This record gives sequence, structure tokens and C-alpha cells, in this order.
Amino acid sequence: MNRNRRNFLKAGAAAGAFSLVGFPHIWSKNASLAFAQDGEIKVGVLFSLTGTTAIIEESLNKATLMAIEEINADGGINDLKITAVVEDPASDPATFAEKARKLVLSDRCVSVFGSYTSASRKAVLPVFEKQENLFWYPTLYEGRECSKNVIYTGAVPNQQQDDFIPWLVEKFGKRWYLIGSNYIYPKEENNYCKKLLEGLGAEVIAEEYVPLGHSEFSSVINKFRSEKPNVIFSTVVGDSVVALHRQYRAAGLDPATMPMASLTTSENEVAAMGGDAAAGHFTSAPYFMVFDSPENQRFVDAYRSRWGGDKVTHFVSESAYFQIHLFRQAVAKLTAGDIGPLAIREAVKGEEYKAPQGLVKVEPENLHCWLRPKIGQCKADGQFEILTQSADWLEPNPYSAYPNQKCTAEGLKEV
Amino acid sequence: MDFVVAQILTGLSLSSILLLVALGLAIIYGVTGVINLAHGEFVMLGAYCAWLLQSQFGWSLLASLAVIFLLIAALGWLIELAVIRHLYDRPLDTILATWGLGVMTQQIVRLTAGGELRYVQMPPSLSGSVNILGATDSAYRLFVLAVALGLFLLTWCIYRYTSFGLKLRAITQNRAIASSFGINSARAYRLTFAYGAGIAGLAGALISPLKSVSPEMGTTYVVDAFMVVVLGGVQSLVGTLASSAVLGEASGLLAYYSNDTIAKALVLIAIVIIIRFRPQGLFAPRVRA
Repeated sequence: MNRNRRNFLKAGAAAGAFSLVGFPHIWSKNASLAFAQDGEIKVGVLFSLTGTTAIIEESLNKATLMAIEEINADGGINDLKITAVVEDPASDPATFAEKARKLVLSDRCVSVFGSYTSASRKAVLPVFEKQENLFWYPTLYEGRECSKNVIYTGAVPNQQQDDFIPWLVEKFGKRWYLIGSNYIYPKEENNYCKKLLEGLGAEVIAEEYVPLGHSEFSSVINKFRSEKPNVIFSTVVGDSVVALHRQYRAAGLDPATMPMASLTTSENEVAAMGGDAAAGHFTSAPYFMVFDSPENQRFVDAYRSRWGGDKVTHFVSESAYFQIHLFRQAVAKLTAGDIGPLAIREAVKGEEYKAPQGLVKVEPENLHCWLRPKIGQCKADGQFEILTQSADWLEPNPYSAYPNQKCTAEGLKEV
Repeated sequence: MDFVVAQILTGLSLSSILLLVALGLAIIYGVTGVINLAHGEFVMLGAYCAWLLQSQFGWSLLASLAVIFLLIAALGWLIELAVIRHLYDRPLDTILATWGLGVMTQQIVRLTAGGELRYVQMPPSLSGSVNILGATDSAYRLFVLAVALGLFLLTWCIYRYTSFGLKLRAITQNRAIASSFGINSARAYRLTFAYGAGIAGLAGALISPLKSVSPEMGTTYVVDAFMVVVLGGVQSLVGTLASSAVLGEASGLLAYYSNDTIAKALVLIAIVIIIRFRPQGLFAPRVRA
């Protein structure tokens, strides 16, 4: 029995290896198996349209579809139309994996654009690594990941914090209170923040995590009152961030002397908490809706005329938009017969694009993007005022908190 | 000194929110024996009413409180009439039915009002902060505390000093015998359910300026409310008051000395231990099985 099973597994593994490695290599020029055929090229769009994170992911879905429509209206890529296969993973990591498998295996998409939370990205990762396909991830995230099958177009900790933390220390002072939601993202951001603060001679007077979805901050605010920090570094996410800001304001604390500094509070979150509760606090991000550039003007106008005049754009939807244009530039470099996920990955390395936030570039080593972070202060009307912009674009370093590790084109290296 | 006062005030504020949310649940369970799992959705609907009246009609929160109470109470009245009254003395079925109602309500709100997070503007007159013995507290939180205590007193007086309350107490002791003395128990049940629902709606409206308003918000509150009611003893109004005070002060204090994650875990462990040794809760009445 046991031996039979072993033989069966061996046969299966051999067949699997043949079908995965052998077939596409030999037959990719064959019309029936090529990725680009009948004048179209298929891509997957994988954002939740239902469930808890649907609100934000819907805006990413819209920005993605808008960019695809723009490219098709412009004649497509070398006369190939982009066909979007839209799936709804319903805010559930297991469904994300299942839909990703469907997009890659049965729809034969050449790339998939999608996901917002780290949990859903981690869930689809094995699919893309095993099938040698390509996933495009638009969200800022905690770093500490080095996949050869993901193009990361959002910011990693060093890009949002390198300018932001010293600026805040200089402007407000050295006593810092770190408050976050209790999961991986805030902890990794805080790891890097503490490292920067140590270098600046600043002091972390408290590092505290509240449960996800927590909505009662009166004890936390009591501690703000008694500890009197100069800056509150907040990595609280979701509806908790609304409760924190509203209760901060109800308690009569003053952003002018004890501002909250955030990496995740975008126009979207501000709309949910009301401009009055967000006014005076700071966010660091590569993009703000008010950013003054011809590209952004075009982006905001197109977005509002396509999806409604009251819609806001924010730094994740901007990445979801420009990553499609990076995809176009990469595919345009390939001949139709060569188009495939790995060829696109090689073609997109070092590719530059004038995005709404300014020029961005894909770093060939770690497949993250060079971005230009800005510091914004929220105003009562729900928009940000951009106070500074980094002098140059910043290199992405997903292992910034771990100096002995480096993400390279060959994978993670210990240095 | 001001630290102690601030800590007590924080605990009281937590307690007042717990009391507001649990009071309706305690009344409904205490009188009718229905475990209302849709209680959180009454809270959520109250918050959405506050948001709707403010954003569509420009009503300030204070002006809309009475209307919200009446609206949600009317809804509770209808639900009792349509569903609950057919299920008395079938506890498992009422749990299932109310849970189903809760799920449906969430989805209806999501479909009509949208799933995005909403907020309710605090009344301008209460948006400042107040100084008490050297400690600062939000005027609005003190207002919520006052309303919670006021509602508790009102409920207690109805229960203790009115003829309706007398009838309620009679029904609570034995419905069949009370009915045989000519008490209209069906009407009393319906009014109780409506009153409990109305208070839940009021709770939702009152907490909406401090929290975010979303279709799922009720779920966390119903869990908190059950903790309060189970700890306090299911048929005791005073027990509900005392246990929300204890839970509020305890979680405030623990959260101050450690953090909210640990506070939540410790409070739950404490409740598990207490229920193990005192399954009837802290303040169980001695009558009726």
C-alpha cells in the first residue's frame, strides 16, 4: 500500500514537473497556448468587491479598470487589447488563493493585479511562485518580503519614514508614543521607526497595541494626557482609526502640540472620520490627491468623470493605476509570441513611468518601486496640505529594519 | 490625585457605554426570557438613524434622540409582533431567529446605506472638555454617563413603582398564574421588547459620535452586553448596573497599567472564573427557577 502510494506520488510529481516546466517552454509559440492570442492579452483583477475591506478595494478595482480602459482606448499594447478578468475574493484570504489559482490556471492570465491586506497577499503568494506567474501589489506594506513573482508598487517602511521621522523630531520633539493595531504591519513599521528614533537620540516612551477593530480609546487617551508625548506615531488601522481620532478630539487634545503621525491615514480614512477629527494631524505618503502635477490633474479628472464627482483618489488607488501603465510599458517591449509572466518581469525591471505622484521606477533587484514620499497635514475640508517632498526619489528597501538581510534578484541574501 | 480622578472617570465612561448597551438586553431577557442576538443590530440601527437624521435633515444629535428612541422601539414592537411572539418558551428557536434577523438587518443596511464607515458630529455644546478635581474629561462622555444613569433610574422606577412594573414583576415570577389574574401578558411582553429595543437604539445614537458607524458595529456590542448581563445575573437590573461598573473600571484600570489587548483578555478570564463558581451571576434573585 505504502509503496503504491509512493509510486503514485512519484508519477504525479513527474507529470506535474513535465506539465509545468516542459510544456510552456516547448510550446509557448504555439498559438493555442501562448498568452497573447486573438489580438488580446488577459490579465486578472483581484480586489474584494464584498466583505469587510470592500470599501477600499473597490476604489482599487476602479482605478485598475480605468487604466486598462485608457490603454485600450489608446489602441492597446502593440495592437493587443487588454482583457480584464475580474474576480471577487470577498475579503477572505482563502478565497483570494482560490480565485488567484483560477485566474492563473484556467483563465491563463499573464499577470494578476490585486489585493489590499498583507494577509491576502501572503495567501496568493504560493500560487504565483508555484505557477511562475506574476502578481502586482499596489498597497504600502510592512516590507520583509522578497518574492520574484510580485511587483510591489506601494511604499515600504523606509520610503515613508526616512524623511518623516526626522522631520517630526525636529519640529515637535523627542518623546514618542507608538500606538498600533495588534498585527504584523504596525509591529514591522514600529521596528523601523524605533531604529530611526534611536539614531536621532529620541525616546520611545510607550509602544502599545490594541486589538483589531478596537473602538474604545479612553485609557489610551488618558495615557497620552499623563505621558505628554511630543508625537503620537499611529499605525492603528480600519474602523479603530476613526474611533481614535474622534475620541482624541472629544478629549480636547491639541494636534498643534501632540500631533498624530500616520502612514495609513489617506483621503479615504479622513472621509470616514470627518475632516474636523483629522485636521492638524500628519501623514507621510508618496501621493496625495491635491498633489500639483499635470499627470495628477488628468488622473483625478478622469477618475471623477468615470466613477463620480464625489470620489476621492488616494495613495493606494494611485499605485493601482500606475502599475497598469508599468505593465503596458513592459509588454510593449516584447514581441507577441514572447509575452509571458517571466518575460514581463524581466522587461519591467528598471522601467520608469511618469505617475500622478511623479516619476517612479521599478528597482531591478527587489521588484519594489522607487517613490517620492511627501509629508501632508490634514485640513478640515478632508484634503491634505503637502508640506514637503523628498528631495530625490527614495530607493525601496524592504529589509530596512534588518541591516543584515538584503533582497536581491537572486532572492534573500544574508550580508 | 488628578490621576486617580481621571482613571475613575475613564472607568465610569466605559461603564456607562456598557450599561447603555446592556440595559435593553437585560430588560428583554429578564422579563420575556428571549435571548436577543439582534440586540447589537438595534444599537447599529440607532447609530445609523443618528447619522441619517444629521446628514440628510441636518438635525443635531440631541434633537434626534427622542425620535430615534421611538423609531427603534416601533421596530422592536413590529419584530415582536411578527416573529418573537410565536417563539416564546422555545429558547433555541429564538436565538436562531434573532440571529437571522440580525444578519438580515446588517445586509439591508449595507445595501441601502452602503458599507463605508460613517461618523456623527458631536453636539457643539458638548464638544469641549470639563475640569473635575484637576482631571480633564470630555464633556460628551460625562453627558453619556448622565444619560445612562438617568435611563437606568427611569427603568428601575417603572419596574418598582408603576402598576405596569408590578405586572411585569408578576409575569416574571410566573406568566401562567399572572395571566390567570387578568394581566395581559402578551401586551406586557410586546411593550418590554419595544422598550428594550428603543434603549438599544438610544445607546447606538449616543455612542456614534465617539466611534465609527458601520453595518458590523453591533457584533462587538452584543458580546459586551452579554458579558455584562451574565456577570450581573440575568434577572437583576441592579446586577446589570453593578457589573457594568465593575467591568468598566476593571478594563479601564488594566488598560492603563498594561494595554487594551491584555485588559480584554484578563477581563474575559475573570468572567469565566466567576461564572464557573457562581453560574447565576453576581446578583441573582432568589426566586423562580
